[in-house]
Amino acid sequence: MSEARTDGAKPTTGDALLTVRDLKKYFPVKEGFLIDRTVDHVRAVDDVSFEVRAGETLGLVGESGSGKTTTGFCVLQLLKPTAGSVQFDGRELTTMSRRDLREIRREMQIVFQDPYASLNPRMTVGDIVAEPLVIHGVGNRRSRRRSAEQLLEVVGFNPDFINRYPHEFSGGQRQRIGIARALALNPRLIVCDEPVSALDVSIQAQILNLLKDLQNEFGLAYLFIAHDLAVVRTMSDRIAVMNTGKIVEYGPAEDVYAHPKDPYSQALLAAVPIPDPRRMRERRAERRKHKDVLAEPV
Amino acid sequence: MALLEVRDLHTYFRTRAGEVKAVDGVSFDVEVGEMLGIVGESGCGKSVTVLSLMGLVQPPGRVVQGSAFFQGRDLVKLKGREMEDIRGHEIGMIFQDPMTSLNPTLTIGTQITETLRRHLDMNKKEARKRAIELLDEVHIPNAAKRLDDYPHRYSGGMRQRVMIAIALACNPKLLIADEPTTALDVTVQAGVLDLFHELRTQHEMGVIIITHDMGVVAETANDIVVMYAGQIVEHATALDLFDRPEHPYTEALLSALPQVEGEGIREGRLLSIPGRPPDLIDPPPACRFAPRCLYAGQDDCAVVPPELREIRPDHWVRSAHPASERAGEPVGVT
Repeated sequence: MSEARTDGAKPTTGDALLTVRDLKKYFPVKEGFLIDRTVDHVRAVDDVSFEVRAGETLGLVGESGSGKTTTGFCVLQLLKPTAGSVQFDGRELTTMSRRDLREIRREMQIVFQDPYASLNPRMTVGDIVAEPLVIHGVGNRRSRRRSAEQLLEVVGFNPDFINRYPHEFSGGQRQRIGIARALALNPRLIVCDEPVSALDVSIQAQILNLLKDLQNEFGLAYLFIAHDLAVVRTMSDRIAVMNTGKIVEYGPAEDVYAHPKDPYSQALLAAVPIPDPRRMRERRAERRKHKDVLAEPV
Repeated sequence: MALLEVRDLHTYFRTRAGEVKAVDGVSFDVEVGEMLGIVGESGCGKSVTVLSLMGLVQPPGRVVQGSAFFQGRDLVKLKGREMEDIRGHEIGMIFQDPMTSLNPTLTIGTQITETLRRHLDMNKKEARKRAIELLDEVHIPNAAKRLDDYPHRYSGGMRQRVMIAIALACNPKLLIADEPTTALDVTVQAGVLDLFHELRTQHEMGVIIITHDMGVVAETANDIVVMYAGQIVEHATALDLFDRPEHPYTEALLSALPQVEGEGIREGRLLSIPGRPPDLIDPPPACRFAPRCLYAGQDDCAVVPPELREIRPDHWVRSAHPASERAGEPVGVT
């Protein structure tokens, strides 16, 4: 790591690192020619509250359009929230100046969904990984290159390929590059936005294991956003289920999965195909119970 | 004789770098009333296999060898026009993306009746009546009214239902569905999978479903083919495949899946498969999985190509080290 975390102190889980209160993000719906007027709002995120504790993973799960990605972007102030509060380490982000935000973003990074679109095709792997260090003025050319090599090593990417370009690598390898970049500034929180949904099962397992290892090694906290309930389960200590902009269920992962209370989360869990043909009948019967909630949009 | 008998199918793509052996010796049968699942990861040849059957492989790809007998005719040898008479008539197809497989400038009704009039010679009125029945059958509410809507008025799940209705329009003998629920949300997927189950029992037809999702095959297929690097590596009944997987690849794939139920999931690690699938221009000479296999040790896995053999009734495997013949621990890479 760049300024290696030599203290080795792993923050204990428990203290809230990120606290989100009554977060709202409304997008205006406009109508009119030449002169627009706002006729309505899409309530993408509507009164969402949760916290992420140091060193833990909060899984944010939901279907397309549930507002999970928008929530992640609002947390990092990549989108300006319409209302509500986002506190990181006790400091309010929504009212912070751009300069201060930039400073605090060292501590909060993001890994994106699509490893094909999120890496600049004209930059070498080394430059991509070192870019956050350049932006934040860490070290000199030489030390940054050394850091990039170390970071790549940490994520299991052969540092010999530091001068190559992203198109030469597969999806899984690219996602490793994206993770190395997110680690460059020693963040405490990483927002993982669907980090494995573009990957095949065998590669997905490699990346999920890597994320777990990094969390243990560096005491990272994850806000882990995904639509796949099994993937979220394997990563998360606690879970928030989102539906149409609201959190409908929030609690320890074991509880949410074993005894979901909200009708939507019950239906969502019943809908997951289980790789066991012996349970086909039982699963189908279970789904029938949630018929009303599962009614498709027409 | 089975409804469809595929034998030793080879489909290659000629590229500048060499010939890509996308499908390399695939054989299977589909019976009426049966649902065959083909599973595998990206690039294993599962889609190209069915595209080959339907005469939809585009140059530089071509079927170089093999046969696919469907009701006494070899699909691989049919000319363009003959194939067109079968496609959409005796063989129905559903593709992955319901957003792009419907024509946005035509109403849903036009797109369903088009098929009926092309193949069944119905007049306008008959076709329309049948179209309404079909939409009812795939559970689209208010069918008669929705017939005149354009595709953009339909949600993703409903569009996929329309695609299924079109595929079923001429009462096909064989229905081929390529990743039919991959683009859908999980709650919508559940409804579409249930529909498949219902249709399979109601229609006299065989179904092939292609998917990368082990959960989806487990909930639909009764017979499963696992593909890896252009070949079938395991073929068994659904129950036996999930109860006693034999091929090291199938085993690894199943243990790499994150689980929704169980204990200690958060603390545990997933078993991942080291490395990645081989280059199909120059695949490993013998066992294609050998470079990633936990059991390929000092023996001749890299020299003698394993045959697909019947290890017990109705369970075929292509490996020198199937689970039931192994003793002791993995010897290879970890």
